[in-house]
Amino acid sequence: MAPLLEIKNLRTEFRTDEGLVKAVNGVSFEVAAGETLGLVGESGCGKSVSALSILRLIPDPPGKIVAGEIIFEGQDILKMNDDEVRAIRGNRIGMVFQEPMTSLNPVLTIGRQMTESIELHMKLDKEGSRKRAVELLEMVGIPEAGRRLSDYPHQFSGGMRQRVMIAMALSCNPKLILADEPTTALDVTIQAQILEILARLSKELGTAVIIITHNLGVVARYADRVNVMYAGKIIETATAAEVYANPRHPYTIGLLKSVPRLDQAKKDRLDPIEGSPPDLINLPSGCSFSPRCRYAIDKCFVEEPPLASVGENHYAACWVLPTKDMPGTVQTVGVAGGARA
Amino acid sequence: MTTQTSTPATAGRNGASGDAPIVEVKDLKLYFPVTAGFILQRKVADVKAVDGISFDIRRGETLGLVGESGCGKSTTGRAILQLYRPTAGEVKFEGQDLTKVKGGALRRYRRKMQMIFQDPYASLDPRMSVGRIISEPLAIHGLAKGPARKQRVQELLRVVGLNPAFASRFPHEFSGGQRQRIGIARALAVEPDFIVCDEPVSALDVSIQAQIINLLEELQEEFGLTYLFIAHDLSVVRHISDRVAVMYLGHIMELTDRAELYENPQHPYTKALLSAVPIPDPELERTRERIILHGDVPSPLHPPSGCVFNTRCPIAVEECRERLPEWRDLGNGHWVACHRV
Repeated sequence: MAPLLEIKNLRTEFRTDEGLVKAVNGVSFEVAAGETLGLVGESGCGKSVSALSILRLIPDPPGKIVAGEIIFEGQDILKMNDDEVRAIRGNRIGMVFQEPMTSLNPVLTIGRQMTESIELHMKLDKEGSRKRAVELLEMVGIPEAGRRLSDYPHQFSGGMRQRVMIAMALSCNPKLILADEPTTALDVTIQAQILEILARLSKELGTAVIIITHNLGVVARYADRVNVMYAGKIIETATAAEVYANPRHPYTIGLLKSVPRLDQAKKDRLDPIEGSPPDLINLPSGCSFSPRCRYAIDKCFVEEPPLASVGENHYAACWVLPTKDMPGTVQTVGVAGGARA
Repeated sequence: MTTQTSTPATAGRNGASGDAPIVEVKDLKLYFPVTAGFILQRKVADVKAVDGISFDIRRGETLGLVGESGCGKSTTGRAILQLYRPTAGEVKFEGQDLTKVKGGALRRYRRKMQMIFQDPYASLDPRMSVGRIISEPLAIHGLAKGPARKQRVQELLRVVGLNPAFASRFPHEFSGGQRQRIGIARALAVEPDFIVCDEPVSALDVSIQAQIINLLEELQEEFGLTYLFIAHDLSVVRHISDRVAVMYLGHIMELTDRAELYENPQHPYTKALLSAVPIPDPELERTRERIILHGDVPSPLHPPSGCVFNTRCPIAVEECRERLPEWRDLGNGHWVACHRV
């Protein structure tokens, strides 16, 4: 069966005064119907830009999708005209953003904002779309849903606003939801509520989800498969269980080792990744991670490793392919190194 | 006034019990008035940010203070430093009640107590060079003049892992992690005994967080520092703290040794909070029990009667709605405020 979404060699760039920023630099991945894919990485790794590119939401200028294909249900989104894309946005593909306060319109009631897209995409009349909105709010657990339709966003708490966002994303029975850091702005007990709702509904409705986050715990709990991104590229991809049990890229290994875990008693010191993420304007030659890598060999500084199979459905882009128990040499770059130019 | 010399670095960690506490907080309350009217402002209500908390901080230890946003943890930190003057209660530092100290005398105490802030972008003046930022506290307290001051700045930069030549650069030239190191150097400049670390790593990327946490631990050992470590990330707090206090809506719910809190939590809020944190291990996540709290944190303007947690507590009974639970020691320094324990 063809995947629901297939991204091939996507490149998205931003023109800035300092130079050309290669935010997404040749990314390919697939999402199967109904699955939850985690996209993890640190700020600036290109995870959000990848997701925004899927819906062609990159502001142009300065941004531009310069190459690639985004095939959704058999059609290339990058070849569509504006009307065709609009028919997909918020309809076949729903979105949940990080900051629920800025992504809701403060001067329109929740009801108006919800019924707008329902009327547009589902061709329902006023009464019908209102009914649908109430049904959706009840689905995400908002009490007194009917009454709350006439409230404005500021009358909702952060967690409630994010529930409204999820309800809106689900309003037209999408096949795919893009959730960009959906719980980063929320407290941990509210985060748990929201993620449980998202997971439950995607299962019940058979919706695929791309969840973008920097939180390795969130991915472990909710994703079926994981793409780890670094400097605009996917550097490792596998099932969630495999990535955590048997990471093969030094960056993935480093990330997992550097976070303290709730369930582990204190080790002596954390094991950080030295240095900072690279400047996307002047990427290092060879592998982008090589200046911070403990396992790097000469080849890594010259030639870029391809994403190669290291096991069943498990790919990593590394010449060395260490395992997590393999000792590496500690690099000395970074800490006292240069400030960003 | 007593002036104690700081204990040797090695005496601090893990086994500091028995020493006189460096900070003693007794029944601390901090209310922010809510006013109405333009010219004749009258007080119409109080936001009870901190509402009667008591705890000690032992010399050389790290006390973690966790809780969700708005629980009063940052206010507590600032009230200890007298950046906010408490509404009621005592804050003793080395035996002296700071709430009764003013002016120059208070400034002399401030030399011993410093703060590291959350946002490494907002907490450094963009128009001051790094050298001036770090030497400002030296100037205020009349320490190290002329060439000695310059030398001290360079030494401090080295201590926090930055190149001493960076003194002439400006904050915008640095990454988030490097800025946080500058903030730490500024706090260390006056050789404090006690530092309030207010979410020092939450604005940083995962791989950088571990670098800063390690630095804070190294500095603690080297200079015999005492930390109040305020954070919402329970995994980080588990790693760095000797003891942990859990706050909710202006009250401390539970306070005990790190291991005891995470292995044997007693308060229903602590249990729910711990279960809400996802752990980066999919195998383990599949079997973990989750306690999902319902609803949101109530407004501190109208806190619930009785135990403030009763509106969300899964095991609340009538008594919880009527009477505030007392803050009691279960033995071995495991403090908890709950009727049902």
